[in-house]
Formats: sequence, C-alpha cells, structure tokens
Amino acid sequence: MSLRPANLLRAATLALLAGFLLWPQRFAPLFAPLTQYGAPPIYDQGDLLQLTLAHLATVCIAAVASTLVAVGLGIFVTRPSGAEFLPLSRALVNVGQTFPPVAVLAVAVPMVGFGEKPTLIALFAYGLLPIFENTMVGLQTCNRELLEAASGMGMSARQRLLGVELPIAMPLILEGVRLSLVINIGTATIGSTVAAKGLGEVIIAGLLSNNTAFILQGGLVTGLMAVLLYDAVGMLERRICKSAHPA
Amino acid sequence: MIKVENLRKRYGASTVVDDVTMTVERGRFAVIVGTSGSGKSTLLRMINRLVEPDAGRVLIDGKDTRDEPAHLLRRRIGYAIQGHGLFPHRTVAENIATVPHLLGWSEARIRPRIEELLHAFQLDPAGYAHKFPHQLSGGQQQRVGVARALAAEPAVLLMDEPFGALDPIIRGKAQDDLLAIQRRFGTTIVLVTHDMDEAFRLGDRVAVMSHGRMLQYDRPAALLTRPADPLVARMTGIADRALRLLSLTGAGELATPGAADGPEIPAAASLRDALSELLWRGASAGRVMREDGTVQGQLTIAAIIAHGKPA
Repeated sequence: MSLRPANLLRAATLALLAGFLLWPQRFAPLFAPLTQYGAPPIYDQGDLLQLTLAHLATVCIAAVASTLVAVGLGIFVTRPSGAEFLPLSRALVNVGQTFPPVAVLAVAVPMVGFGEKPTLIALFAYGLLPIFENTMVGLQTCNRELLEAASGMGMSARQRLLGVELPIAMPLILEGVRLSLVINIGTATIGSTVAAKGLGEVIIAGLLSNNTAFILQGGLVTGLMAVLLYDAVGMLERRICKSAHPA
Repeated sequence: MIKVENLRKRYGASTVVDDVTMTVERGRFAVIVGTSGSGKSTLLRMINRLVEPDAGRVLIDGKDTRDEPAHLLRRRIGYAIQGHGLFPHRTVAENIATVPHLLGWSEARIRPRIEELLHAFQLDPAGYAHKFPHQLSGGQQQRVGVARALAAEPAVLLMDEPFGALDPIIRGKAQDDLLAIQRRFGTTIVLVTHDMDEAFRLGDRVAVMSHGRMLQYDRPAALLTRPADPLVARMTGIADRALRLLSLTGAGELATPGAADGPEIPAAASLRDALSELLWRGASAGRVMREDGTVQGQLTIAAIIAHGKPA
C-alpha cells in the first residue's frame, strides 16, 4: 500500500466510518442542528456498531448463497448437458430481480416468520441476476482457441473448467458479486420492516419520530459501507486478475 | 508411427473426410496441404480424437487410439494450433508445464525440462519463464506454444496451421526452428497448412487434400514429377515447378569434389537459391562451402539445370 491519493481517501473513509460507529456521541454536535424539540441527535435505541455488523452479516450471508447458486447455475447452463436449461434459468433469475424485495418480504413472512430469514430470502433472490449473467458471459466469451488448446493437451472437462474457464471468467464473476453486494447493502435496510436487525431500524426510527438526524445516520452508514465494500471487492478483483487481463 | 486407416467423417449431408488412409513413419515430418474446407484440419483432429471418426481407425505405434480415454491419449500427443492458444492467466513456465502437470511429473523433473525447451527455442529462461503471454511478441508466443506442445516429450506432434498468424520473415525463422527441433527430439510431426511453400519446405512427405479426399501422399519431388491428379499439379504450381523441384535439393548434394572457383554458395542452400545466386553474379559455377568454412566442391549451372528436369 503506497500513499497514493486513492489509498488516503480509502483510509479516511474507513476511519470516518469506524470513528462514528465506535464513538457516535462525539459526532452529536454535528447532527444536533437536524433535531427539533430536544430530540436525541444520535440514535439511542440500540448500539449502532452492532446494528451495522448485523446488517453486514445479513448481506454477506445472502451474497455467499447467491454467489454459490448463481455461479453454479452459470456453470451448469454453459456445459453441453445444461445448455437446454439456459432459457429457464435465465427466466427464473430474472424474476428474482424484477420481483421487488418488499414483495418478497410480504410473501416470505407468512411462510418463515419475522426476523432475518425473510430478509435473507429477499436479498438472495435479488442478488442472483448480476452474478449469474456475469458468470455466463464470462464463461461463454472464453476464447474457443483456448478451450481447443486445453482439450487438445488432454485436460478433462473438469480440469478445463477449473484450470482455464473459471480463472479467465473470474474478473467478470467478481464484478457481478460486487454489483450484487452493493445493491443489497442498500436493499437490506428494508429488512427492518420485518424485524431483521440492521441499519433500516435507524432510518425507520427516524421516520417514525420525525428525526432527520436518525435518517441521515442510517443512510450515511449504509452508504459508506457500500462504497467501502465496492472498493474492497474491486481491489480483490485486481489482485486476483491482474495477470489474466492486462489493462 | 501413425497409421490412419480408411478414416471418414460426415457432418450432415457433406462428407468432410472421405476414406483417407496414410502412414507417417516414426520421426518423419508429414504435411497435409489443401484449400480451406478440404478436410485437412478435421483429419488432423481425428488423430487425437478432438473429432471422433465415423468410420476407420487410427493406430499410433500399433495401438488403436480408441483403446484409452481421449484425454489420456491427448496427453501423449503434442498439439499446437494457429494463434498458439496460450493460457493468458498463466506464465510462460506454467503454460509449458501444462501437460507435465497433467501427467503428474514432479517439480524436479518439470523445471529442467522447461529450461531445456526455452533454450531450444532461444528464449532465455531467466528473462521469459515468469512472463505472461501478453508480454511476448507474436513470434515468441508461437514458440512458447510449440514448446508447450513438446513439453511432455510426446512421440507425436500435431500442428494445425501453427505459423498462420506470423509475418513471412518470422514464419521462415519459425519453420527453420521447427526443423531443428524435430531433428533434435526425433518427433513424428503431422502439420496442416494451406501454404504449399510451407509444405515443401517442411515435409518429408506431403499429402494433398481436396474436398475430403486425399489426392496424393508422396515425397515432395514426386508430387511435382508424377502428380497423381491434375489438381495436384495445379496446386503445386505448374509455372514454377522446375524451380520448386530445385528448392528440394541442397547445393551440397550436387557438388562435385575437386578444384572450385566462383562465388561462394553455402552447402545448406537449396539449388534454387544457388541458381539465383549464380545468375545474379553472372557466373557459370560456384564454390560450395561447408558450414565450417571449408570448400566442399564445385557446383555448375549446367548441373543445376540438369537437375531441374524431371527424371
């Protein structure tokens, strides 16, 4: 890590977020002008750090599940044996994206109850599309010449997939994961409507008590997290793929 | 030794390879030449079973290629294609080590092999082993592609237009390198090309294909002097066939020992080049020089002209 402007900005953003979550009261003077009638300027109905971690955990669990399913499906439909399932898989994944997460919550709550579960389901469905599409494009655009060379040298189908196709598709797959994560960091706030622990709680509390400071805090923490996560996956991506895809 | 027996392949209504039989002796260099769509690539790909034949069989050293799983068969057969097909996410060394890894060679055996190959292809291991393919020039990528195909010491090497993407000067160099490598490792090579000059330059035996049929499979000189089919004569070139014939013989083979004068001609030069040199100098004879700088003998224009007439 060098001291380039990008790294400085990264460190500053991270420090700001960590500082706010660890010592929120120190930021009280900043938010005080947004409150009326002596309302608390900093969210006081729960620990902000814990809410943030719970929020992050929900998003990450959903992302791991979406990634496993979407990548698996993407691999399956690009094999000769799975090619005929391509339209069906595409339709299913598209439905997951077009169906609003709020509606998924409404459907899921009667089946699995309140709490984290319906939120996980909604985020999982919502996050599938970008990963699936990118996996598929990544695998399909793998140079025919390369695949022929791999087969010609005696790689089995499995060795070819693991040794050639996936590594070459990896930048695109990670790009899909990154997109999916960022979308879901924001989307996860709606989980609080069904009693999932998360930053939505802060926003909803602000809306109910007409406290702009709360709304802003929930929104800012969510936003900073999204930016940092986007950046982190991007760094990971560059690290893994710098050789395969020269700039 | 590769024996191809009555191979046939159809795609729908069209027969791409039609009853082809050919034998490539151990250590020989066979070139299959034909226009695009002649079935030459399909024929090549049936040897390592990238394409499964509809009829006929392929024997390598007497063993039917269908006796083992296709991917295991292919690990024993080198395969190089146009545009090299190097893995962009692996270094030069890792690319070359592909088949040895698949075969489970130990690192202690792979490392010296990579160095040996890089040296053989005039790539300094220290400078190139850890480069990625995109950091190499086209000619270097192609050399690494051939080195990779030879990595596991295959007895048989199949090449599909390996030099097609190279410019003429680099291609000539690559062809010379390949001949040197073949002599060094004694590999049996089957190479597919549409370039007749390349076929004559490289092949001990040249097969001419058209519309799925093998019109003739013979020594290069025989294709010129005794074409089995008018199409063979047309494809090998009627206007310059005498010169092509001269290009198949080295100056050293025709030199007569004894006193010699006139311009110097390297023994390794073809008669065609020797004739050109003598015409250019306005000389009727030249001195054939061995590589070590000693005089091998005399070569006269008359002798060259006599050789350019089919026996």
